[in-house]
Formats: sequence, C-alpha cells, structure tokens
Amino acid sequence: MITPHRRPRIAVHKFSSCDGCQLAFLNLGEPLLALAEHVDILHFAEAGPVDESAEADIAFIEGSVATSTDAARLRGIRERSRYLVTIGACATAGGLQALRNLADGQAWIEGVYASPEDIDLMADSTPIARTVRVDLELWGCPVNGEQVLGAAQALLAGHLPYVDHAAVCTECKRRQAVCVMVAQGTPCLGPVTGTGCGALCPRWQRGCYACYGPAVQANAAALASYLADSGMPPDEIARRLLFINNQAPAFHDAGRDWQARVIQRSGDEETP
Amino acid sequence: MNDDKRSGEIHVPVLARVEGEGGLEIRVREGRLETLKLRIFEPPRLFEKLLEGRGAQEVIDGVARICGICPVAYQMTAVAALEAILGITPSPWVTRMRRVMYCGEWLQSHALHIHLLAAPDFLGFDSAPAMATRYPDEVRRGLRLQGLGNAIMQTFGGRSVHPVGVCPGGFFRAPDAAAIAALRARLEASRAESLALIDWVAGLPLPEDDQDFASVSLRHPGDYPITAGRIVSDRGLDIPVEAFERHVKEFQVPHSTALHALLDGRPYLVGPLARLNNNLDRLPDALRERLAANGIRFPSRNMFHSIVARAVEMHLALDEALRLIEDYAPAAAPHAETTPRAGTGVGCTEAPRGILWHRYALDARGLVESARIVPPTSQNQARMEEDLAAALTRFGLDRDDDALRLHGEMVIRNYDPCISCATHFLDFRADRG
Repeated sequence: MITPHRRPRIAVHKFSSCDGCQLAFLNLGEPLLALAEHVDILHFAEAGPVDESAEADIAFIEGSVATSTDAARLRGIRERSRYLVTIGACATAGGLQALRNLADGQAWIEGVYASPEDIDLMADSTPIARTVRVDLELWGCPVNGEQVLGAAQALLAGHLPYVDHAAVCTECKRRQAVCVMVAQGTPCLGPVTGTGCGALCPRWQRGCYACYGPAVQANAAALASYLADSGMPPDEIARRLLFINNQAPAFHDAGRDWQARVIQRSGDEETP
Repeated sequence: MNDDKRSGEIHVPVLARVEGEGGLEIRVREGRLETLKLRIFEPPRLFEKLLEGRGAQEVIDGVARICGICPVAYQMTAVAALEAILGITPSPWVTRMRRVMYCGEWLQSHALHIHLLAAPDFLGFDSAPAMATRYPDEVRRGLRLQGLGNAIMQTFGGRSVHPVGVCPGGFFRAPDAAAIAALRARLEASRAESLALIDWVAGLPLPEDDQDFASVSLRHPGDYPITAGRIVSDRGLDIPVEAFERHVKEFQVPHSTALHALLDGRPYLVGPLARLNNNLDRLPDALRERLAANGIRFPSRNMFHSIVARAVEMHLALDEALRLIEDYAPAAAPHAETTPRAGTGVGCTEAPRGILWHRYALDARGLVESARIVPPTSQNQARMEEDLAAALTRFGLDRDDDALRLHGEMVIRNYDPCISCATHFLDFRADRG
C-alpha cells in the first residue's frame, strides 16, 4: 500500500521488443518531468536508472519472453512488485515476433545465423502472463501513452483502471468516422479489434490491421467468412488475422483455421 | 590502484540510456587492453524471416516494428525498395511530404537522444529528470522539440510510434490544409529554440578525442540527404545504393546477436557526424555560418561532436519541414495506384542513426520471397569497438572502474545505438558465396 511515508516506486522493464512502448513514457513531454517529481523511477534503463532488483509498487513490462533467462528474470520482478502491468502487444500477446511460434523457429534462426549455437532464443515468443500473474494488461502496438499514464495514476490511487475493450467500430461511431468497409469496400478488422488507438486507420482512409488485439466478444470467424464472401483469398485472410497479435486466441484460432484451408486447397491442387 | 600496470575486468551488465539491451566487457592485463566486447544480447526477432510470404503493405506496417524510435525510417526505406520493384515513381507531392514526415522523425529521435540520453553525461547527471532540476529550461525546450517532431509524424501517420499513413505509391490520406497550417505555426514558433539548442550543445564540455575513421552517408545532388542519394564516403567511395552488398560484408561474432559490418574490410561510421562531415556544403548558408560561429570545425574527427551534428540536423529538419509545406495544398490523389509485380528492389535512406538499407524480392503476386535489412547500428558496431579501445586507452586504463565505465558508456552513446534494430538477421551463408 502507498503510505504517506514514502514516494511511490515505479520500474520499467524491457524484454523482447522494439522499445516503442517505453516511448509512452519518454514521449510524455512535460508530464514525464511531473511524474518524476512525484514518484521514484527506480529501474528504467533507457531513461537512466538501472536497478533491476528494486522493489516497486508498479512494474511496467515491455516485450515478450524470448530467451532462456527471461522467465527467471520475470519471476524475480513479479516477486518484487506490488502491481505488474504489461504494456503493448509483445508483453500482452507475444508480439509480431511470435510469428515464429507458427513456423519452424529453429530453421528461421539457422536460416539467418552462421553460428546458430551462439543465439539464445526460445522456440516460442510468449506473453508475460504465460509465465507470471499479471494485474493489468494494456494492449496496443504501440500502447497508448495516455492509457499508461492513466493506469499508473489509478493504481497509485489503489484501484484498477477501466480499460475500454469495445470494438474499433464503436470508436468510429463516437468520432463520426465514415466506415471504410461499408462506404468503400475496404477490408477492415475494426469489428473484431479493441479500441485504444482512437480508430486511427479508418480515420486515415484504410482498414484496421488489429494492432490493439481482440475486442470483447470478438467473432473473428464471422468476420473472416464475410471477407471470404467479398472475395479475399484464404491466405490473405489468414495473414491479416495472424499479424501483430497473432497469438491472441481469438485471432490465432480463426487465423490458423484459414491457414489450414490454404494448405488443404494447395494439397488438393497437387493431387491430379 | 597504485601502479600503472593494472590488471582487472570491468563489466557493465546493462548499458543505461541506450535503446535496447547491451553491455560492455573489458579485460585489462598489465596496463594493456586485452579484450573489449560490446555485448548485444537483445533477443533476435527474425524479421527477415517473418516478412516472407507477406504483401507490400504488411512489409511497411511490419518493419516499423523493428524500431519504436525510428519506425518512419524503416517504412520509408521499405517503401522505396518496394516501389523500385513495382515500377512506381512517387509524385513530387508524395516525395516532398515523405521528406517532411522523415524530418519529424529526425527531430523526435535527435531531441530524445540529446536530452534524455546523452547530455546528462556531459553535465554530470544520471538522467534527464535529474538534469531538469538544474537545467529546467533546457530540458523543457528539448522535450518541446521532441513533441514537435512527434506532431509532424502524427500529421501524416496518425501517431508517432508505428504511424499508419504510408502505403506503396504515397500516403493513404493527405493532411488537410488546416492541419498543415497549425503545424506550420508551431514550426515557425520553434525556430528560435532549435537555433538556441545548437549554441547550447556546442557549449557543453565535450571531451577531445580525435580518431581516424571513414564517414559513410548518402549524398544527394541538391539536398541534405534524408530519403535518397548515392552512398559516399570521405575516402572516395561513391556508389549507387544497389551496389551496397558488393562493398559491405556482415559477419556474426559470438558476443552479439547483431551482425557486424565492414566496408571493403574496414570498420566505418554512419550517422549524424558522418552525414554532416560529408554534406557540409548541403547545409543552408545561414546554418553553416551559425555552426562556424560556435567554433567547432567540421568535418570533425571527434566522435563527441556527434551531439553537435544532431542539434544542427534538428534545426535543418525543422527548416526543411517548414520550407516543404509552404504553399501546401492537399493532393487530390495522395498515392499512385499499384499492381503486383515480381522483381528485386533496394532502398536506402538516412535513418536518424545512419544509413538503413533494405532489399526485397517479390513474387508475381507481390509477396515477399526474401528480405534483407541492414540497420545503422549493426554497421556501426565494429567502429564502436574500435573507438572504445582507442578512447579508453587514451582516457587512461589506470583510472578507477567507475570512471572507465562512465567514459565507455559516453563513447557508446555518441553512436546513439539503437540495439532493438541492431538485432537483425539475414541469410549469412548466402553472403559468403
């Protein structure tokens, strides 16, 4: 519990990632300085402080579990942290790099390294929650900076924040954005993707590519059928579902289903 | 240490204020540097493999995820390579606006590096918030300029990290005139701040440490190089970007998940200092005079002048953005139409940290058959180790561990290593052939 006797303590830990979600802090501008005045930032290597073993009120985790030493490091962080919050698609769903989970990861490593034995990499890239208990998951590639700051403030006040997992469609209506799928026939994953981005892609005249993970009650199979009916080839449907958040169950299951149809079909074609 | 024949080891397990995960190991025997290893243990994410089978737009959206600090550099390099295959010449409007968006990334990335990563070293602080207690106005000015760079990227791509606006042939949407007018007002109001930043950075107590190295950058017939040009060095190299692979060879070392690169067998420098060294004559006259008035001579052989080059490039980027959006009108067609086509294409642009090179081969459906990506930090790795060995020896190997560690970190930060992107992977065995 936060007591008046000491300042709240925050840590930001990095696992396998692009560093973009840490920018949620580093791009805050003036609020970053205000935050640093009110809390102690004990570990945040990219910003300066390095104290991996510090006890923290909130540990923010960027990145996925990817190497043989990551799980032990993560368990240590969990033990020393009151709240553990994942920020972004890598930490929450394994990230784009988890596409290797769907392929022969070892073959990928051997395909690119002359000495694969020097590379410490697990076959699968996995979300943080696969290894330790997570108190709050913030989706997004990248995570929304205001959401991160809001979550920090809520947790420091002693409660979990409300995170909106409604579909991007809801956000388009709120913002009076014209539906790109209805009006222009542009394929869009907005109906199955959670908001948080502010419906950016439809507002930029393109279809959503699902960087915020599945919406609540997402029916990806139904959307995939609709895309197929409107003429999208099965392999493209699979690719769209298996992209930034390819390990999120709603996208993974529907995506694998359509991937299997591609394999089935090409198998048929090979049979005279 | 009471004699100068010291022996010992220094380990910096986690480098602070760099992007990504790296460490430094030094072993000294009888006063001489025996081994020095810049360890990069950022786990590989195997982008070149995961892009296989993907379409052009997926490549543009995917490669952004290589680096959260310079996603625009990745998108612009990829789109240049893809357009070379598709046979598209972007319209003059698209070419101008891409340069504006890229200027936004230079502003953001350089401001972040100067204020949050590098300057605290020279003024004796361990972080920017700590530095802000003594230098509140300077830090706030830096954060404002960083925010301005982000605003430029948001105008064209909706957000500054992994923006969504770039497509083959141009942009999904042209910013409306009102958005550009608002941006122009902010840019104009910030000119004085980016000029003052140059003077402040040039006045920092920067160490003297001249070294011998090759500066490699793009060079463009008319402009300071950002989105296009030939690859040149100050040692006489002058090649089209397609010839890159004939001169640069990459190899794996056991202590790094990022590949090292050599140019014609030698380490070389890419990044702001190399760019400025090679392109002084492409600076506007007023900016060149401002730089000269600060008493730092370019071309410079002192890597610590990199931070000055960054400040110069920030002002250049700000002014370029202003110049290019003068008389702005939204394009009726913000992107050319494209049809899939098989072929191989190369792209090379100046990421904030130096030249970034991509090659893609597409099949007849427009899907990636193979991808190769050579980021700036992997090109700088061999030069960084060479620099560290010379700089620490000159600094004095008899100094105490903390002093050596700090100096080593300062040297590394000159390169603004982006270790997340440095971990890239290619078909090494094919390169040996």
